Amino acid sequence: MSKLDAKIPKGPLKDKWTNHKNTINLVNPANKRSIDVIVVGTGLAGASAAASLAEMGYNVKSFCFQDSPRRAHSIAAQGGINAAKNYQNDGDSVYRLFYDTIKGGDYRSREANVYRLAEVSTNIIDQCVAQGVPFAREYGGLLDNRSFGGVQVSRTFYAKGQTGQQLLLGAYSAMSRQINKGKISMFNRHEMLDVVIVDGKARGIISRNLVTGEVQRHSAHAVVLASGGYGNVFFLSTNAMGSNVTAAWKAHKKGAFFANPCFTQIHPTCIPVSGEYQSKLTLMSESLRNDGRIWVPKNKEDVEAIRSGRKKPTELTEDERDYYLERRYPAFGNLVPRDVASRAAKERCDAGFGVNETGEAVYLDFASAIERYGKEQANIKGLDESDKELITSLGKAIVKAKYGNLFQMYEKITDDNPYETPMKIYPAVHYTMGGLWVDYNLMTNVPGLYACGEANFSDHGANRLGASALMQGLADGYFVLPYTIGDYLADDIRTGAIPTTLPEFDEAEQKAKDKLQQLIQNNGTKPVDYFHKKLGKIIWNECGMSRNKEGLLKAIDDVTALREEFWKEVQVPGSIDELNQELEKAGRVADFLELGELMCKDALERAESCGGHFREESQTEEGEALRNDQDYTFVSAWQYAEKPSDSVLHKEELAYENIELKQRSYK
Amino acid sequence: MNLTLKIWRQKNANEKGKIVEYKVGDISPDMSFLEMMDVLNNDLIENGNDPVAFDHDCREGICGSCSMYINGEAHGPARAVTTCQLHMREFKDGETIYIEPWRAKAFPIIKDLVVDRSAFDRVMQAGGYVSVNTSGNTLDANAIPVPKEDADQSFNAATCIGCGACVASCKNSSAMLFVSAKVSQLALLPQGQVEREERVLNMVDQMDSEGFGNCTNTGACEVECPKEISLENIARMNREFLAASVKSKK
Repeated sequence: MSKLDAKIPKGPLKDKWTNHKNTINLVNPANKRSIDVIVVGTGLAGASAAASLAEMGYNVKSFCFQDSPRRAHSIAAQGGINAAKNYQNDGDSVYRLFYDTIKGGDYRSREANVYRLAEVSTNIIDQCVAQGVPFAREYGGLLDNRSFGGVQVSRTFYAKGQTGQQLLLGAYSAMSRQINKGKISMFNRHEMLDVVIVDGKARGIISRNLVTGEVQRHSAHAVVLASGGYGNVFFLSTNAMGSNVTAAWKAHKKGAFFANPCFTQIHPTCIPVSGEYQSKLTLMSESLRNDGRIWVPKNKEDVEAIRSGRKKPTELTEDERDYYLERRYPAFGNLVPRDVASRAAKERCDAGFGVNETGEAVYLDFASAIERYGKEQANIKGLDESDKELITSLGKAIVKAKYGNLFQMYEKITDDNPYETPMKIYPAVHYTMGGLWVDYNLMTNVPGLYACGEANFSDHGANRLGASALMQGLADGYFVLPYTIGDYLADDIRTGAIPTTLPEFDEAEQKAKDKLQQLIQNNGTKPVDYFHKKLGKIIWNECGMSRNKEGLLKAIDDVTALREEFWKEVQVPGSIDELNQELEKAGRVADFLELGELMCKDALERAESCGGHFREESQTEEGEALRNDQDYTFVSAWQYAEKPSDSVLHKEELAYENIELKQRSYK
Repeated sequence: MNLTLKIWRQKNANEKGKIVEYKVGDISPDMSFLEMMDVLNNDLIENGNDPVAFDHDCREGICGSCSMYINGEAHGPARAVTTCQLHMREFKDGETIYIEPWRAKAFPIIKDLVVDRSAFDRVMQAGGYVSVNTSGNTLDANAIPVPKEDADQSFNAATCIGCGACVASCKNSSAMLFVSAKVSQLALLPQGQVEREERVLNMVDQMDSEGFGNCTNTGACEVECPKEISLENIARMNREFLAASVKSKK
């Protein structure tokens, strides 16, 4: 097991990070100038890492497949970012954020990493404000907070429903400053096709210029992957169309372990699927659960009447509604964690209470909030509280100020006005907790190869809490990686530039080119999407919100067969030497077809329920996820073999020294 | 729905482009415009033709990738949406729809409907930031209170997604709305004060050298902006620029 040394520093939990920073090796400023670092991806983790490394003096090469680094999918994060500032004086602390995150992750994350995350969270807010990120403020001019699922404090900072956008533009501006200084070379519209390993160390990448089609070599002393998650394996997800696993998967095939691939997050509040043509799903921020109440009708007759259009949801009285989250989880109510809320929605819909034509939707209702805010405003302004119309219009104004853009987005897509009628929502794939295995320094088991943000596995266990992805991305990129990478690079100060003429580069480039040729010359008859949609359905049905042994075994066979069909039947038009979006898609789907199998294998291996991973065989009498700490308190880290089904499992045992493992309860 | 599409096809930056006609059928009014394009591309691929290249990514109106000029309007006929948020219910059965790329000297065409908007990145690199290192050793976030009104106005300007619809809509291909949004965001916050003058001068200078035109106050940009960025920002940038120019020793 020596291969899986997490390198967690000794000493008390709260001193680990400080002590570690004090004792690791540094690279002096003059030497940094002769060291190159490649960063793949420009989301929160990649952009913040690139900017920070460049500020410190390293030569950074940054890559993104989009036409500008500002478009990475972190931009779409809506609700907010957590930080243990305790500005609301509601009893928050670093320890509480740490505890909530471990508990929220259902005790499958590393204590030391999570504590560090909570510790640096406060710096992130200071940093972003200094960059000019316009967070929401109260009338006194101080920062406002709201609450998210799975916690009982208000620690979430936000910028309306565009927090991810504002934070990413902050990181992008920091990057822009370094690009202007010449410290970052930016490669837009470039996709990484492979990582190059020389003498056991990551020393560069092979990339493709997506405009000219040219396959290129780039060398560096270290490679940082900040390439995001793999939610698009499901075809339908809230990820961007281009989000993919290729960078991480190619690293996996070159020796990096892939950890907990079956830990995926299904977000409870997304706009339901409306037809076969659908290309992606849209999230409605979790922040809406601060004020929205989730319900379905109590009686099947009302369900039928609503589905057939004979009744409107607003016509149902309070008695005729089942606020099932409030009923089942009185302590947390509508703000239970995502995995719990998603499963509860599925349970109601499977029982036949879904409120749209497909039977896969529940209501998210703002009527009570509108009334409550309306009364509050009337009170403040000394107006008549019994005037219903006035209360409604005052209340709507407050709801609009809080969630205006989300309501607008909902209306654009569904053609329904959520101020007048409840939103319809259903769970959808949103985030992947699994990812490349990394140690405390965020280095994979391949020396010199780092992974940060959603691309790694380390902080969220089996379920991520809301508003913690932004926190982790920026923590990794601004405050963790820039320090820890120095410890490794300190040995490279005399290495000099890595030549791209090494045979390892020749080989990797040739392989990448061969793969592209194979796709183009395949002469199949089916477009890439045909396979991607099929894969998505298999994974969604058998490795989605609930999983069982039989289904997973079947899924493994199905994915294997589909992969074989793909390589026989896929048709990719055009040529390699041009902008070819089908070719890009084909390469990504080829990797998803391998990853999908590993996900199912991982889910099969973990015969317990935890967080987002719900094995039907392992549940309590009330249908809640039942962990098996005796046998499964470990991280599954998979080593690639010739094919995904032959992958070898390595276990990193998780030691809980500061937190007692408990059955998670939000009741 | 059945539709006739007239789409700009151009193999690459060097070859000449032209409008090509296509038919699509069985389009649902609930589809997004880009899902309709997916249907077309699927048909094209299955029939052995080259699909239409277009930029898109998040498909929820925030990344700023999509950029189609539809029936003579940036992002099509609906207000306050990007192309990916435009739905087919905005069109009538049997309608003919013209689809073109952004057209501006500073946005050269790469292929079909894909244009090169890196000029925007370079304008940002010229000064669209606060020069603070990411050390974390900054003031506490609440050390400087910011009036809510200023913070809100700054936020409104900061919601620009950099799609370039303003440039595409402007008869002068001016980027004033885009540039002024960033200038305003930072000018309205205490954190942006130190570099306030230098910033506006550098960004405007870069904007001019990229080949964007001047603003003649027609206001088309504001109308077509999917994020409804206000023209007030252009007025503010003009004031900022004037004040900075007077004080500048340049």
